[in-house]
Formats: sequence, structure tokens, C-alpha cells
Amino acid sequence: MKKISIKDLNLYYRDFQALKDISLNIDAKKVTALIGPSGCGKSTFLRSLNRMNDLIDGVRVEGRVELENHDIYHKDVDVVTLRSRIGMVFQKPNPFPKSIYENVAYGPKRHGIKNRKQLDEIVEKSLKKAALWDEVQDRLNKSALGLSGGQQQRLCIARALAMEPEVLLMDEPTSALDPIATAKIEELITELKKEYTIVIVTHSMQQAARISDETAFFLMGELVEMDQTQRVFTTPRDQRTEDYVTGRFG
Amino acid sequence: MNKKIEEGVVFSILSFITMIVVIPTLLIIGYILLKGIGTINWEFLTAMPRQGMRAGGIYPAIIGTLYLVIGTILFALPLGVGSGIYLTEYAKQGMLSRIIRLAILNLAGVPSVVYGLFGLGLFVLFLGFGSSILAGSLTLACLILPIVITASEEALKSVPISYREASLALGASKWQTIQNVVLPHAMPGILTGAILGIGRAAGETAPILLTVAAFFLPRLPKSLFDQVMALPYHLYIISTQVPNMPEEIKYGTALVLLGIVGLFYMIATSIRIKFKISNRA
Repeated sequence: MKKISIKDLNLYYRDFQALKDISLNIDAKKVTALIGPSGCGKSTFLRSLNRMNDLIDGVRVEGRVELENHDIYHKDVDVVTLRSRIGMVFQKPNPFPKSIYENVAYGPKRHGIKNRKQLDEIVEKSLKKAALWDEVQDRLNKSALGLSGGQQQRLCIARALAMEPEVLLMDEPTSALDPIATAKIEELITELKKEYTIVIVTHSMQQAARISDETAFFLMGELVEMDQTQRVFTTPRDQRTEDYVTGRFG
Repeated sequence: MNKKIEEGVVFSILSFITMIVVIPTLLIIGYILLKGIGTINWEFLTAMPRQGMRAGGIYPAIIGTLYLVIGTILFALPLGVGSGIYLTEYAKQGMLSRIIRLAILNLAGVPSVVYGLFGLGLFVLFLGFGSSILAGSLTLACLILPIVITASEEALKSVPISYREASLALGASKWQTIQNVVLPHAMPGILTGAILGIGRAAGETAPILLTVAAFFLPRLPKSLFDQVMALPYHLYIISTQVPNMPEEIKYGTALVLLGIVGLFYMIATSIRIKFKISNRA
């Protein structure tokens, strides 16, 4: 079942075209990996799915991005609501300089949940889902900045999950982490896809191969190929994909 | 080896220069402390002036300055922080925001006596506030506005983009993001601007001379529309206009003025530290 459907998406930074005629579908409750060399547009593409590109001056978007058949770029769409349905985790762990509790409660609080008991429940549930609860349950009121990088990133995932999003966008979430922390996040992603639709940008082809169901290969703003991950890595249709996944360039 | 010597020489020169910069400050404070401390007693701080200000205390001038500083901050902080937020967060970079920035820069270069004249024309006469705490506070607020705005802008700009992104990506609105993430993080910097502004506001003579300060008024103000005595103006008067003024009273008054500025610095600094700590926590 498709969750997000992208049709003829073109994106420009002023005169520079960063995305060219991208059309693809993202399946519900699957992990879709976006791979490609630096500057190929995969992060830009990811950020166009929750309209984070809106924040950048001079960005122009053409085409349609449909979340369950509703165009998210339609003028009546409330970006705030959209972003509470589509959560995001960034490349560098970016917890707020607040307590662990306040980090997770941040989103729900901004959406009007004030009841302490309800917030407690959300915080606990989200931290458990992010596999962080056992490590932090007795220091919820301590600063989030005291956590290790891997813990911080899982906290950011918990913070996103607290909004009960339907889709989780991850922009190279493990590129700043050591192998052990990376393994934990990957395990977590595999667990999370039972409930969430996940789109992940990654530089590591092994990571894409390990955790994703579908893989899309981007090159110079174009979508070269998208297919089941296994196919992309074993029998790619396009020569450029084969060159990239076999490490001949990029 | 040559590099090492060079390094040493540069280090010595720079630290020497820094020492020179510190010396005037220490001398001023030390000199006034030494000459003025003998005058400071309970009567000096809490009594009305007597015998043509040659005896008694400086109570009304202390209270006047406190009112003016508080009034100034009440006007300047919301206005300054507000425009800082507008300029960094909302204004599109273009002709308009360039003109606004240029205007603020120019405002910072206007001599303080011109602010006094401006306040006299606008607040005292045109708006009919009379020579009053209100008119004086507003005039001083205009004077320190560029400091507060510039400091706010710098502080807001220094908030990492990743915090804003994190907040927006969680479905927080722009204003919620500013309120909950950006402002708390920028607060120490904003308060630094406020501290500098307070110092300016408490010490200025020319703007209050034309808008609020009374030559001699041995009672406390009854309302915002009342005149007050104020320490800098009082100091100017007793140093230049009153013959046979005892030396100690001048230095005592100067010391009290320094003390009040120091007190406000301390309050602002402790709030600043509190925010810094909670930003780390």
C-alpha cells in the first residue's frame, strides 16, 4: 500500500535545479532507503516530504507530493499539522538543551497537551519505543546533552515518535555515530517499521542493504532507479546504479 | 626557536596592552571609592538634601534614578527584543530590512544631547507628558534602543539552526519555536545588551536634563508625570552650580551612582547566568 506518492517533482534553488522530474511511491510500513553520492539531491528530496525546504529562501517546488492522496503542497495545507504527521530525525543528533523529559514532551506540549499524567505516559511510551527507556528512566530530568551521541539520536527519535507520526524521515541518522550506536539505531528502525513508514537517507550502502525494503538511487538530481532493495543491489537495471553499488564510483 | 621567541613577545605585548585597558577602570573605581566611601552612611542614602544640597542626603536622586532605569528598561527591552526578533526571524532580507538596520546604526551614533532635545520636543511638549518620569524614561529608552536591538539580533542569530529545525519538524509553529527554543537560548546575549543599556541609561545626563530631571526637589515623585531628581544630573549640579560644595558629597554621590549601576549589572548578570545554566541543563 502506498503511503506517499510523488509525481513529477521539480525543485529549484533559485536558478539551480536540485530535483528533476522525480516520480516514485513510498510504501506504508516499509523502510525506503535513498542512496546516491553527495549532492545528488537525496536530502533535498527527503526534506521536500515534510516541507522543510520551505525554510530556505529562494526554493521553488513544482509537481505533487501526496500523503494518502492529498497534495501536501496545496495552499490549504497547514504545514504545522503536516509536520506532526511526518516526523524527522536529523543527521547530527540535535536534542534541545533541556531535560530528557522536556525534549520528548516538546512536541505534544506545543500541540496543547498540558495534563502531566498524559505527558508522563507519552514520554514513557516514546522512550520505550526508541529503546532508550531503560537507560534514562531514572534521570528523566537531567540534561539531554549529558547523553552519549547514540543515546541523543535515539532521544531525537523518541521526540519525533511522541507526536505519533505516520511517517518518519531520517536524514543520515547514523553518520555521526560509532558502529555500536549505529547497530542499535538500525535494530530500532527494523522494529519501528512495524508501525511507521520510514524513509531514510544513507551514505552507507551496507546500511541500505541491511535495513531497507526499497531502495531509490539518486544521481545529479534525478531518480535513476527504484526497486526492492535486494534487486537494486544484485540485479540493477541501470548501468549507473550498478557502478555505484559495486563501488566503481561515488 | 625563533618562532617560540616571537610567540613570547607577541604574548607579552598583548597582555601588557590588555593591562593598560584595565587600569583606567580600576583607577576610576578606586579613586571614587577612596574619596567617596567616607560620606556613605544611612543618612546620606535615606535623607532629603538640606542647606542648598550642601548637607543631608541624596535620597530623592537615588529613587529618581532607580525609577528612570526601571522605566527605561520596561520600554526598551520589549521594543528592542521585539524588533530584534522581527529583523532576524521574520523580515525578508531586502531593501526594507537594510534601511531599518541602517537607521538603527545611525540611531546609535546620535549624540545624547540630541536625544534630550528630541524627547523635549516629542514627549514633553508635543505629547504633553511634561517634564516627567514618563518622558525621561521614554527618551532614555530611545537612547539605548540601538544597543538592545543589536545585542538581541546578534544573540538570536547565534542560536543554532538545528534547534529551529528540530522544533519546526516537530510541528511547532514559528512563534512557538521562537518562544520555546530560540528566545531561551538567546536570553544571555539579550541580557548582555540590556546590561549595557542600563549602564548607559543610569549614567546619562543630557537626555534627562531636558525631559525629567529636577534641579532641587526634596520629596519623592507622586506619579509617572512627576519630575524627579536623578543622580547624574544632581552630580553635575553640585559639581558646577553650587558654590562651596563639600568635596566628599560629590564623590559620595558619584560612588552611589556607580553602586546603583553595579547593582543593576549584578541583577542582570545573575539572571544571565541562570539562563546560561538552564541552557546547558
